[in-house]
Amino acid sequence: MKECIGMLLAGGEGKRLGELTHHLAKPAVPFGGKYRIIDFTLSNCTNSGISTLGVLTQYSPLELNKHIGNGKPWDMDKQSGVTVLSPYTAKTGGDWYSGTADAIYQNMHFINQFDPEYVLVISGDHIYQMDYQKMLEQHKKTNADATISVIEVPWDDASRFGILNVSDNLRIYEFEEKPKNPQSNLASMGIYIFKWSKLKAYLLEDAHNKASRHDFGKDIIPAMLDDTQRLFAYRFDGYWKDVGTIRSYWEANMDLLDENLSLKSNHKEWRIYTHDSNLPPQYVSQTATVSNSLINSGCLIHGNIENSILFRNVHVEQASTVRQSIIHPGVRIGENCKLNRVIVMENTVIPKGTAIEVDEFQEPFVINQEILGGMLTPAGGESK
Amino acid sequence: MKKMVGLINLDHEYHVFNELTYFRNSASLPFGGRYRMIDFTLSNMVNSNINEVAIFARNKYRSLLDHLGTGENWDLDRRNGGLFILPPDWNDPSDKSQGDLRFFHNNRDYFHRSQSEYVLISGSQFISNSDYKDAFTYHLEQEADVTLITTNVKELYPEHYPYFRVEADQNGRVTEITNDQHNSELFTGVYIINKNLLMRLVDECIAYDKDNFFICGVKNKLDDLKIQRYEHSGYSAFINSIESFFRQNMNLLDAKHYHDLFFGNHLIRTKVSSNPPVKYRKNSDVEHSLLANGCVVDGRVEGSILFRGVAVHTGATVKNSIIMQRCTIEEGVHLENVILDKDVHVSKGQKIIGSKEKPYVVAKRQVI
Repeated sequence: MKECIGMLLAGGEGKRLGELTHHLAKPAVPFGGKYRIIDFTLSNCTNSGISTLGVLTQYSPLELNKHIGNGKPWDMDKQSGVTVLSPYTAKTGGDWYSGTADAIYQNMHFINQFDPEYVLVISGDHIYQMDYQKMLEQHKKTNADATISVIEVPWDDASRFGILNVSDNLRIYEFEEKPKNPQSNLASMGIYIFKWSKLKAYLLEDAHNKASRHDFGKDIIPAMLDDTQRLFAYRFDGYWKDVGTIRSYWEANMDLLDENLSLKSNHKEWRIYTHDSNLPPQYVSQTATVSNSLINSGCLIHGNIENSILFRNVHVEQASTVRQSIIHPGVRIGENCKLNRVIVMENTVIPKGTAIEVDEFQEPFVINQEILGGMLTPAGGESK
Repeated sequence: MKKMVGLINLDHEYHVFNELTYFRNSASLPFGGRYRMIDFTLSNMVNSNINEVAIFARNKYRSLLDHLGTGENWDLDRRNGGLFILPPDWNDPSDKSQGDLRFFHNNRDYFHRSQSEYVLISGSQFISNSDYKDAFTYHLEQEADVTLITTNVKELYPEHYPYFRVEADQNGRVTEITNDQHNSELFTGVYIINKNLLMRLVDECIAYDKDNFFICGVKNKLDDLKIQRYEHSGYSAFINSIESFFRQNMNLLDAKHYHDLFFGNHLIRTKVSSNPPVKYRKNSDVEHSLLANGCVVDGRVEGSILFRGVAVHTGATVKNSIIMQRCTIEEGVHLENVILDKDVHVSKGQKIIGSKEKPYVVAKRQVI
């Protein structure tokens, strides 16, 4: 028997990330110069001793499955390490996961194998460093049926989140999804710990409820509250960011450049793990200048980099300037280019002399070869 | 398909790197910002389809064992074949063999059990990005007994002095192996030999009380064996002294050499770590340098090589230097022509300047 196993919801299509998730599940989107978004959650599991993990995938899973592989980078290549759970059909039928709760429901037999006392439900699209073991301790101490991790958000933003109203001892008495007049600023982070026996009962009931959307936030949690089950909030006060939109994706990346940020990918005790590329140290030439940036191995820099994040194997030629931008792996930037507030997708080749500059406060611009081609095609014979 | 096994013979390598090899052998000497010397040999072997590699390690191999682990970083953690580290642990009272012949004698099993008919033998002090498949094809085509990999050096330096020079006829057959210091055709220490012949020559060498397999078994048998030459072209470096170590590291700051060694036939593999990308802070001023992941730079770095996890604080200058893993350079420090071994801490305001020809070396884990 395992005390606690993790179920990681990684099927998100991530519609609001536009082109970035065109062929890619949201958790597999590159992040932070070396990682993919899901690496933060996977590393949280490793670092907090959650060694059995089911990863539920659904949308464009190729890259994501390849990335997770046998779980080796996260030390999860063990007998009960990481298992990728995709939708399937069986004698009794089968279907795509219709909601977060349904995804867990359809994989109950996976959880039952380990006969766990508790199940941790997390999702693969948030950037944060959290010790789930501490949350589990509180869950046990309060003898809760469910514990939901919360973070204090600015009052002005509270109406954009799922808000939990709690009593003094953090017991939850109400859950409001995007309330107009929030009574509290404790937002749900989408991280749950359940007593497995309790959750199982609710999942079975929910599965037969035709009116249900089979969602934790919309159905399971409200149903448990209606039955006055013991639900508690767990306070988290570190860095946490949902990278659901282009803007928040860009901001979360830029946050990594902030020296005072509490999130640290080089914490010795809380490393973020991912695949290594075997690429050599980066080369910075005589003509280069680099400041306030993150640059990964295999990069060749001849130009000027400022407030930017460069993934592996990016070449920037002379007299080019890259500012406030995120450059994905394998990108080539020719001479005399100007990029400002741009997200360049994998392997894009930017010809010399290209200038793409986005004004401050405007949404950063995502480009790939296709979009670039469209931009460079002369409209009315404008190009020389 | 014909197969080769690999053998990395570290028995007669020179450990003349002073402080840098007090506690490690030269195979595990850090090189090129992120690698150990042996990574190049190992990567070349596995990328030439060799998936069975043995290492003769005589001394100071603790750090080598730590680096190699199960061999998984080189895809050598295999059910069949894989990595065999063969230290000098033998206890045969009737054994009369000497020198590296004792390794061959006491590890016969390794050669007997292998399915391969050929052996590629190498040291660790020749650095290149080579694909030995072509040399192997050449060896088979020529029906050679032994094929020596050579390279023609443009400019001769002191580090080349100990290496054998090779003379061959127009058919590539080796006619002389000499110490002729004017000949720039150097034997790289890498050669291909037929396995059964190897074992026969080992027995013969032992019978005649010899102590060096290559000299007695190959060099002195030029007339009896068909020994061919195969020339390696492209980037190469011989490293067997502090000076050559320093010069060859610095040589990688030339973009062409960097490209040839690291992006040549294949990527060089090494032990992976989980270091984040290099962080350049607001005051960082870096030019003409190599930086490995995990570094945090807020000072000036010029013409230098920074290994993984080095911190250069505000107002510090690192010039023409090699800084190994996890060193900390505090505020206002000035380093020039310096080699810092791993985990060195240079305190505020210190100044260390070596000469270009003789860099100043600081041993591991010192606080200055």
